[in-house]
Amino acid sequence: MKLKTLVVTSALAFVLASAPAAAKTFRYAFQGDLNALDPYTLNESFTLGALGNVMEGLTKRDKDLKIIPGLAERWEIVDPLKWRFYLRKGVKFHNGEDFTADDVVFSTERMRSPASQIKSRAPADMKAVKVDDHTVDFVLTSPNPILNAEWDTWYMFSKKWSEANGATQAQAASATSLNPFALKANGTGPFMIASHEPGVKTVFKPNPNWWGKPEHNLTEVVFQTIKSDATRVAALLSGDIDMMDPAPVQDIERVKASPNATVLIGPEIRTIFLNLDSFRDELLYSNVKGKNPFKDARVRKAIYQAIDIEAIHNKVMRGMSVNSALMISPLLYSRAAEFKRHPYDVAAAKKLLTEAGYPQGFEVEMDCPNDRYVNDEGICQAVAQMLSRIDIKVKLNSMPKAKYFEKAGPTKKYDSSFNLLGWTPGSLDSWNVIANIIGCRDADGKGATFNYGGYCNPKLTELNKQILVEVDTKKRDELIAEAFRINHEEAGVIPLHQQSLIWGVSKKVQMVQRADNQILFYWVKMQ
Amino acid sequence: MLAFAIRRLFEAAFVMVTVALLAFVLFRFVGDPVNQMVGQDTSLEDRLRLRQELGLDDPIVVQFARFLGNAARFDFGISYQMKQPVTAIIVERAPATFELALAAALFSILLGIPIGVYTGIHRDSWLSKIFMTVSLLGVSLPTFLIGILLIYVFAVTLGVLPSFGRGEVVRIGFWRTGFLTVSGLKALILPAITLGLFQMTLITRLVRSEMLEVLRTDYIKFARARGLTDRAINFGHALKNTLVPVITVIGLQLGLVIAFSIITETVFQWPGMGLMFIQAVQNADIPVMAGYLLLVAFLFVLINFIVDLVYVRVDPRIRIYGRGA
Repeated sequence: MKLKTLVVTSALAFVLASAPAAAKTFRYAFQGDLNALDPYTLNESFTLGALGNVMEGLTKRDKDLKIIPGLAERWEIVDPLKWRFYLRKGVKFHNGEDFTADDVVFSTERMRSPASQIKSRAPADMKAVKVDDHTVDFVLTSPNPILNAEWDTWYMFSKKWSEANGATQAQAASATSLNPFALKANGTGPFMIASHEPGVKTVFKPNPNWWGKPEHNLTEVVFQTIKSDATRVAALLSGDIDMMDPAPVQDIERVKASPNATVLIGPEIRTIFLNLDSFRDELLYSNVKGKNPFKDARVRKAIYQAIDIEAIHNKVMRGMSVNSALMISPLLYSRAAEFKRHPYDVAAAKKLLTEAGYPQGFEVEMDCPNDRYVNDEGICQAVAQMLSRIDIKVKLNSMPKAKYFEKAGPTKKYDSSFNLLGWTPGSLDSWNVIANIIGCRDADGKGATFNYGGYCNPKLTELNKQILVEVDTKKRDELIAEAFRINHEEAGVIPLHQQSLIWGVSKKVQMVQRADNQILFYWVKMQ
Repeated sequence: MLAFAIRRLFEAAFVMVTVALLAFVLFRFVGDPVNQMVGQDTSLEDRLRLRQELGLDDPIVVQFARFLGNAARFDFGISYQMKQPVTAIIVERAPATFELALAAALFSILLGIPIGVYTGIHRDSWLSKIFMTVSLLGVSLPTFLIGILLIYVFAVTLGVLPSFGRGEVVRIGFWRTGFLTVSGLKALILPAITLGLFQMTLITRLVRSEMLEVLRTDYIKFARARGLTDRAINFGHALKNTLVPVITVIGLQLGLVIAFSIITETVFQWPGMGLMFIQAVQNADIPVMAGYLLLVAFLFVLINFIVDLVYVRVDPRIRIYGRGA
């Protein structure tokens, strides 16, 4: 009798104890894979986002991408060449080790290991100096106002654990032996990896000893890759998953019409733009011989003004884009509102082209990726159509991204006359755009490597250097405005739009869609 | 017999080397794998260094020789994307594909043969006409469409079967099987039908036409004249004699089912080799592509080899020819 009571009571106690923690599993799917779990080996927003739930940097970014304290409680700029970071106390890695200044110094070395893909997180000559167990100084050789801009995705490694697991260096992409570390992770974040099958499925569990106060109510998270667009939509509609990225543009209405799911739409910070080869003295793929029409700013501007950006927005992007006058998202530059696109005006464009000496127009080939950006091929087709109105005949070469980046990029020495590219500045700062996209480069790509057209105004090189070291925000923004104005006036690189983020989300789920397209489930609440 | 087998082996080796060469030439056109391996902020120097480390800048002849040398030792290198040895990835992904192919083959045989027999015997019944119309659809609808259609009916609208994936799997040694769990079996149904439908209609039509032919032969007429039951005639005599070509076709089709599960695996996000291959193509993951293509070529060569050997045993004309060679 007594025994029976005991059993009943304990069963009851068990039920009561487990009731509040009812299992809430958040299942999400992305079109790409989560492969290696070493965030230093792939600098890509999906991977960094997924691992950002497991590992943490000294800083974090909040829901509006503002820099907030992470593993560092606070920091101060002691002098322009010395930044002091005060580490959070009582933080433990998933395996129970304490997080200390030694781990920060170690992570600095690891970030610079030969195969690391995140070397751009800090200047190569920056030194990390341990002051005490919870204070680290970063010593610079030249001032850097945006030193910590990308530190939210520079995740801290445990020194002891890395040494024990042979993970002191990022695994070389060309390694001939497998680094066992590639499939493990030990961070300080709100979630831990429970299991990981690359390309198939990854399971996360909440970290009960996390230092912060959880803003989620999940007991488990399951990530799966679903490649096919149609299948991803079907999986969401049938309730097999709770969230998916991206939702195909053509399926938005169908998802909205379903009783258990909807879409989250927001601006993304990636800018899509056109490059014209103004580097070579003669275009490679054109009927104009002996000279290069794209060297003439009037021709570039004619192309700019011949593009009906509204039509692209409405027809090609079905409203899922924000037209842009700038080479950076307006969310990321305070003075963006001062810039307006050159108006769409075919007559003006034709006039400019005539002035430049091409009243009959000319022929040129355009290279375009067809699996990289939202409707990339459609945008190129529309542009080709529109340019025919000013008698520029465009022959379009669409190709898969692997092929495209090889041809139009530095690998084949920018073997392209006209192409479309997209760019998200990793630091979420304008300098990155000036240094990589609109600055000058040489024939091999030294300088602004991603300036696929090779547009060059030496003034931009000068401004680039000044902006890099200017610590006064107001002055810095003015220099940036000047750089953007030069590109705008000369139509060096022609911006089109920022595409939209489109996520499919179950109605049971409340989550934050951050403009950098990181899927952070530490902000997910489920009913 | 031995001479025949040896000659076949030489031919097989020749086919494998040719496939390797063709695959290798194709890889020159898939694009730049380095760009898919690094982030956008990786410096030009690091990119060039990586190209060099991967041996992408070596002359093509050197690359091919290195590839053949390694492949002969079953070493296909490390996947650029997954950072694991290709052999390990294939071993891990193969069970999913083999189980799917087996289920699809069983589905196509167990339904295809009875339907074929039925439509062969009752040529003009309305049921036969329905079967033949449906089988025409099965042949002509693209696999992709059938898969999506099934998902929308059974997963989204009815909600009885999962829309993607393999369900829970049980690990037995290196082999992860979905046959032992309820969710695994449920997840198998739609992909197996999608993959097997074409084969099923093919078998149906083959069995039907063979049956029609056999039923016209003299020995069937004699059997009828002797007063044997329909059952004994149809199944004991007619079906048995139709099966020789049918078995050959099924054997070859099994290879095809494995090799062409790519579309079905993509539609259902089935974690097998086909999906692995598609992902590898998009990312220019050359080691994975090379390993997969060689494996598929090997499967075909192996199946053909076995079929040839079986022929020799069955058909005396080939045996005599083989001895003469």
